Amino acid sequence: MTTTPRWRALTQHHLFWPVAVLVVLLLINVPFTPDFFSIKMTDGHLYGSLVSIVLFGSPLILVAVGMTLVIATGGIDLSVGAVVAITGALTCSYISDQADQDSLAGVFLAMGIGLVAAVVCGLWNGFLVARMGIQPIIATLIIMVAGRGVAQLITDGQIITINSEPYKLIGGGYWLTLPFSIFVVAAVVAITVALTRRTALGLLVESVGGNAEASRLVGIRSMRIKIMVYVFCALCAGIAGLMISSNTSAADGNNAGLWIELDAILAVVIGGTSLLGGRFSVGGTVVGALVIQTLTTTIYTIGVPTQTNLVFKAAVVIVVCLLQSPKFRTKVFGGKFGSGSGAKGGGAPAATPADTAPTTATAPKMEVS
Amino acid sequence: MSTATKTPTAPHNRRTPSRAAQLLGDRRLPVVVTATLFLVMYLVGLGRYQNYGFGEPQVFLNLFIDNGYLLVAAVGATFVILSGGIDLSVGSVIGFTTMLTAWLVEKQGLPIVVVIPIALGVGAFGGFLMGYVIHNFEIQPFIVTLAGLFLFRGLCLVISKESIAIDDSSVSSMAQAQAQLGVGFLSIGAIIALVVLAVAFYVLHYTRFGRRVYAIGGNEHSAMLMGLPQGGTKIAVYTVSGFCSALAGLLFTLYIQSGDPLHATGMELDAIAAVVIGGTLLTGGSGYVVGTLFGVLVLGLIKSIIQFEGTLSSWWTKIATGVLLCAFILIQRAMTARKKT
Repeated sequence: MTTTPRWRALTQHHLFWPVAVLVVLLLINVPFTPDFFSIKMTDGHLYGSLVSIVLFGSPLILVAVGMTLVIATGGIDLSVGAVVAITGALTCSYISDQADQDSLAGVFLAMGIGLVAAVVCGLWNGFLVARMGIQPIIATLIIMVAGRGVAQLITDGQIITINSEPYKLIGGGYWLTLPFSIFVVAAVVAITVALTRRTALGLLVESVGGNAEASRLVGIRSMRIKIMVYVFCALCAGIAGLMISSNTSAADGNNAGLWIELDAILAVVIGGTSLLGGRFSVGGTVVGALVIQTLTTTIYTIGVPTQTNLVFKAAVVIVVCLLQSPKFRTKVFGGKFGSGSGAKGGGAPAATPADTAPTTATAPKMEVS
Repeated sequence: MSTATKTPTAPHNRRTPSRAAQLLGDRRLPVVVTATLFLVMYLVGLGRYQNYGFGEPQVFLNLFIDNGYLLVAAVGATFVILSGGIDLSVGSVIGFTTMLTAWLVEKQGLPIVVVIPIALGVGAFGGFLMGYVIHNFEIQPFIVTLAGLFLFRGLCLVISKESIAIDDSSVSSMAQAQAQLGVGFLSIGAIIALVVLAVAFYVLHYTRFGRRVYAIGGNEHSAMLMGLPQGGTKIAVYTVSGFCSALAGLLFTLYIQSGDPLHATGMELDAIAAVVIGGTLLTGGSGYVVGTLFGVLVLGLIKSIIQFEGTLSSWWTKIATGVLLCAFILIQRAMTARKKT
């Protein structure tokens, strides 16, 4: 492999591998559906495979963005799927009790109730992790197990269907020719990026993830930061819950958001955020979520039986994780490969085995994402 | 019971620890709490549903019959959690085993005695592979076993999207076989589960391998510095878990007599919950497999009580499990916080 400096600079960019995978996946579709990239205008709405990938991927992007910040602090949130279910269940059951399901005030109130519940879940997770010092994977396991029970309790074990025009907009409606959910996602991503990259907040989050104790000693209120990211993550999951229940016009305590926590973690990992914490890339996560959604779409379009979806996903997880493992790269590529998408956490910028190889000696030690 | 690693760190405190502190410092406390909880729940059930036959010995024995597979899976999970890891693939491996068994028996016409070793071998090999990747490439167990979760659930669906009923006569005769105990009976599944528990107890507390599991879970670096073969032990732990999951899958197949791609979805959480409720520290290195038995029994008793109550719906199981999980995690937290000071 010729490694001109420019090529290497490109491959070293933290978005290179996620975007490359996404592009390859998109291109695979072309031989099977030649008009894959075409976008048609029908009834004043844009239609096309690309639009539907973003539309169907919206809830996942939202959840994954919230998850990114949690993982950046060295945590993990397994409860997002349950939060999706609880939010959808509360909102739909409130709307279904209304005499006039189309009343704007009622819909807003219902959404408010749902999101408040999500925030409460986030506060609870944050409290357990930050105040009680319980491992995140365990602390959030509680709501993961109990949350679906609560959601079913709210819906009384039924699937609540609603018929509310204004509510339908969030997950299934169109605005300015595009699906409305795309705007919601864009807004959330933009706010997140602005808050984390235009203010010091992102730095603080990474610092807590790098070393919570050291951050506390230099005066960062790491406890507060941690609680904040769990609340933010739950809020994102709540919005995703609104979107999913709005799209199907129903709340299903059992199946809404099932496995979404795993997909979200996968999206974050594909996006190049280290599970060890201390460094994150919201852009990478969005690309990662799109990769997962494209993978699903591709499996549908190229006619592979849909049930193999999970096997493909497993293969992707394994490949991505192996590529991120410094030990694997050293063993397989002998250190000749740049430590592109997945150097170990920013907390440990010191040489990973791949970094110590002579070929990459000039590579920058720390990436700025 | 004695464990090899149990050298109480007898903290030389400035003052003698209070009795409360001593009590919290005892690592047998969670097991005792769980056992007491089980007893209290049972007595409450006895008080409430006496007239509906709650007190019959068979109701108690049914706890083992109905939860034998969960016990086996939870025993496997105990090994992994004691070593400081986690295995999320348990439910998928169980589901895959039911599917594989049903497919081999019904569609391929293999006799069940041939299918059993195949299924166990596949499960153990899957666990071995995950352990190999975890150890050799230093990837977090959480993410590797997550890949395992996807893979095995996907393979279930690759075999068939539909559930496969098992009509094979040898399977149903195995499923219906009962061991009379005088006051009631146990199924083959329940007996195998108890045997697995006994073997696990022996291995964890009386063998070199068991000591290594505790040592690695207690502190991996110290274990490595002591010269313990941590790689082999780690891989072995995941292999044990894979084997136990496959065995649990076989018991589940016997219990339910069909293979279904959605069988045992999320059962890894039940298994982890049972281990935690049984008092094993999630950070590894401390806990007893006997506690896991009580954890499974408590979860099983919740289900029976909900059945006897009649008016409560099944989702209360999840809520009750979550509440218990929370309570026990907080107890664990109080205990470990006490030890540090």
